[in-house]
Amino acid sequence: MPKGAVAITAERCKGCGFCVEFCPTHVLELSNAFNAKGYHPPHVVAPEKCSGCNLCGMYCPDFAIFGFRLQENGQAKGVSK
Amino acid sequence: MSTTDLQVHNPVEDLLRQDRIPTIWCPGCGIGTTVNSFAHALLKQDIDLNKTAIVSGIGCSGRVSGYMNLDSFHTTHGRAIPFATGLKLANPELNVIVYSGDGDLAAIGGNHLIHAARRNIDILVVCINNMIYAMTGGQAAATTPSGSLSTTSPYGSYEPELNLVQLVDAAGASFVARWTAYHVMQLERTLEKALKKKGFRFIEVLSPCPTYYQRKNNMGDALQAMLDYKKRSKIKHGCPTWETAIVPGGDIIVGEFVDREREDYLTRMRKQLGPHYSEFPPQWDEQESMGCSKEC
Repeated sequence: MPKGAVAITAERCKGCGFCVEFCPTHVLELSNAFNAKGYHPPHVVAPEKCSGCNLCGMYCPDFAIFGFRLQENGQAKGVSK
Repeated sequence: MSTTDLQVHNPVEDLLRQDRIPTIWCPGCGIGTTVNSFAHALLKQDIDLNKTAIVSGIGCSGRVSGYMNLDSFHTTHGRAIPFATGLKLANPELNVIVYSGDGDLAAIGGNHLIHAARRNIDILVVCINNMIYAMTGGQAAATTPSGSLSTTSPYGSYEPELNLVQLVDAAGASFVARWTAYHVMQLERTLEKALKKKGFRFIEVLSPCPTYYQRKNNMGDALQAMLDYKKRSKIKHGCPTWETAIVPGGDIIVGEFVDREREDYLTRMRKQLGPHYSEFPPQWDEQESMGCSKEC
């Protein structure tokens, strides 16, 4: 059971790679897929390692990704709609 | 597990105008990263967001006022601080934040910056320093390190650069700090601290400009610039500001340099003018109750 998860809005991404580089547990990688503007958005390659620290969200210049902590029952903590 | 099943929502989005996003900033521009830190700092504060106004000038960083869901003011080039001063003096209850770039605040509006710091007006100035006039096409700015290539200095800039931190400290600001776009958590904490303080507060944030500064000077892309900031920056809190000049290839001294107590402009004005002075003109109904309107 991972401690956290990330939510990615692929259409906002400009493919700068900050989230991939600065993720402390190396959860992300840039995918081969394109978004509508032709950039490669990141995708999750190691979901079990995510700690929900939201450092990817702090670095993202385009507000396209953020991390959040998960509770024991798998529900998101503090960021529900 | 799919994140769409969880129905989650980024807390920063409450402070952004959703209809304006995606932003116009280039891929890898550091301004968006600093906006994240700023939004997190605002969310952690108890300040009333209805009494918070953000003012910015012209330039890439000037777009921030349009993207933040606060009362905002997009002003003429270089004149963000005069507009913010007027806003603060007309309505002293407001928290006024100036969010603009180095070309706007330090070159075209350089005198306003010096005199706002001298008067110690109660505003927070966040200056995004990307070391170039980015929006107008990459001309050499006052903060461009000497020897750098730009559109207007194809053989390298001959001019020595301006150290904004030293300038503002010498002019008498009550809080001076410098971070880079790499230091997101530290920037957030400094912004939280600065939002609580009174007086003229100045935070310089170095940010990569991959399109004009990094590309022209063969410094790689934005990610390379961020890794460069990570490698070159040295945190020295309370460092004398004359030792903080940014030398190309040398150390970047970051931290909170100045934190002094000094009376701000409004306090000095109220003290000198005494209790009989009111900043607000008498209201219309007050005049009526004095019997003025009947006789006139």
